[in-house]
Amino acid sequence: MSGSENAIELNGLTKSFPGVRAVDGLTFSVRRGEIFGLVGPDGAGKTTTMRMLAGVLAPDEGSAVVAGFDLNRDAEGAKHHISYMPQRFGLYEELTVDENIRFYADLFGVPRREREERSAQLLQAAGMAEFRSRLAGKLSGGMKQKLGLVCALIHTPEVLLLDEPTNGVDPVSRRDFWRILYTLLDQGVTILTTTAYLDEAERCHRVALLHEGRMLFCDTPANLKASLPGAVLSIVCADPRPVRDLLAGMDGISTVMIVGDGLHLVVRDPQRMIPELRSRIAAAGLSCDAIEQVAPSIEDLFVEAVQGDKADHGGER
Amino acid sequence: MMNWNRLCAMARKEMIQIRRDARSIGIVIAMPIVMMFAFGYGVSFDTKHIPVYVYDQEKSQQSQDFVKRFQASVYFNVVRTVTSYPELVRAIDKGDCQIGLVVPPDFSKKLRSGQKVSVQAIFDGTDSNSASLGMSYTEAVAQAHSQQLQLEWLQGRGQGQPRLPLSVDARTWFNENLESMVTIVPGVVAMVMAVVGTFLTSLTVAREWERGTMEQLISTPVTPLEIMLGKLAPYVMIGLADTSLCAVMGVWWFGVPFRGHIWVFLLSTLLFLVVVLSLGYFFSVVAKTQLAASQISLIATFLPAFLLSGFVYPIDQMPTVVRGITHVVPARYYMAILRNVFLKGSSVVTMWQDFVGLAIFAALLGLAATRVFRKKLA
Repeated sequence: MSGSENAIELNGLTKSFPGVRAVDGLTFSVRRGEIFGLVGPDGAGKTTTMRMLAGVLAPDEGSAVVAGFDLNRDAEGAKHHISYMPQRFGLYEELTVDENIRFYADLFGVPRREREERSAQLLQAAGMAEFRSRLAGKLSGGMKQKLGLVCALIHTPEVLLLDEPTNGVDPVSRRDFWRILYTLLDQGVTILTTTAYLDEAERCHRVALLHEGRMLFCDTPANLKASLPGAVLSIVCADPRPVRDLLAGMDGISTVMIVGDGLHLVVRDPQRMIPELRSRIAAAGLSCDAIEQVAPSIEDLFVEAVQGDKADHGGER
Repeated sequence: MMNWNRLCAMARKEMIQIRRDARSIGIVIAMPIVMMFAFGYGVSFDTKHIPVYVYDQEKSQQSQDFVKRFQASVYFNVVRTVTSYPELVRAIDKGDCQIGLVVPPDFSKKLRSGQKVSVQAIFDGTDSNSASLGMSYTEAVAQAHSQQLQLEWLQGRGQGQPRLPLSVDARTWFNENLESMVTIVPGVVAMVMAVVGTFLTSLTVAREWERGTMEQLISTPVTPLEIMLGKLAPYVMIGLADTSLCAVMGVWWFGVPFRGHIWVFLLSTLLFLVVVLSLGYFFSVVAKTQLAASQISLIATFLPAFLLSGFVYPIDQMPTVVRGITHVVPARYYMAILRNVFLKGSSVVTMWQDFVGLAIFAALLGLAATRVFRKKLA
């Protein structure tokens, strides 16, 4: 492997499917030992990007270097150093937990002793030690994903590619999952993960926001938040829809979105805005509880960015 | 290029999957047995026990003797005696009988006076093969009977023991009783393996695409050749076991002789398995869904193996063009080899042409199968 400090480099990576440009000139790089998050709504091109980086899908244009291998020239060489966990469960349901682990260990040429040590350790960390002889098809969703991770880690990959690994996984399993990921970082493994959970994106060293195949931002979660033009106000209310409709498009508000307990607004001047909002909502005969400034989340940022992107590119489509 | 451990891992995984999948077990065990019975009994070219209705207009001792000759033959089954012509016509119309035999009212009178007697036989010609066989059997029975009558007549005139000037001493080799079962069953074995072998592997790759396991598999260092060989290896074992099962059924259940060497049988079977398993694998890779792959493989193997391999229609009696086409039906060679191994006990040397034909197809299809798989999505 060359002395490059980047484990993954994308350069104008592009892939089209009939009628869609799934990935459109993507350029970014992931440093060694970094955990990097790809965030974006469905159809943003996350899965297509991951497939190309895993060497299972050929790009139309551009190039990618993973673990020192140019995928256009030697994708098979890179596969010795990559572990890829597809979005859809990719293990054999008719095989037991142990049999699946053994299969993947054999494909990567892991010696028996090492396999036994590692699988015991990983299964322990995943809280699955007592399910070794259970058929993979009989595991819960969270268990399946953790088994996928165990199989992906049975050899020592330089690069771990995870496509929505915690989608539909219960909170306990998600915690196990992330704990394992952090121990990997200590071992110098580079992790690229896509996620639909924005709280998970905030656990990454850096994130890239994808929208319609293009990258909107790429920075640390903290820097991204700092780059938000304005501040975020949270309005707690029982029935947020009419309030949203009322406030959307109001002067000084760039984004209104519904969150768990009410609304989030991105505004230019939060202190002046709060009383104005209260009176507006009351005048319309609606009600709300607290209105306060909160720290922006990736989600706020993302929605704001997507709206800006739409304004910029709206004319093209 | 090829890593033994990865190959073994593929084969072991495939074996576990077959063992744990009830449907695979059904295909592996039930399909050959069911097909052996279906073809062994269903495809019979022997015409025996043809149903006959008799309209005996005389009912004399002599006419009864004549009818009894039919009853005594295994080829006929005198189902019923009717008393009118329309009744006979109705029976043929309804398909109750295939032959209607009408004995004239002056049967014995004409016989006594030395006149020629005509017995009418009506055949149901909707199945021309049975009808023509029935016709020649009927003539044979009539001839035997008139011969006997002639002898009796000569004896009655005191001419002493007459002798027949010419007779054919017929001996049929390899199938002494000319039972079609004996020629059919080795063919059925070939037929069953053509269909089952291709069917088995047609599911393997398509199943991985359908279940989503392929995406993860192709992200590993495993090579296309390892995938192919690892997937086919268990089926070679299963195929050999299935063919042996069919052969044992042929010998013990259907009573077909096995006169050849077991290794000639196994060698030809191995070659044929390479052909059919590779073909199934090829379809599986191309079709990507189990349903499409299994349908293509059934159509592509069943019809040629049934019609163009010499199983039903003898190849040397086919029109030249069709005979030419049979050369690209691999089952043709295997069918010929199996018949010869079972019935004649032929060696590889005497059947070298068929072995070469089979080997060429094994090489071509095996090679095609190694080339078809790509470790990429879409």
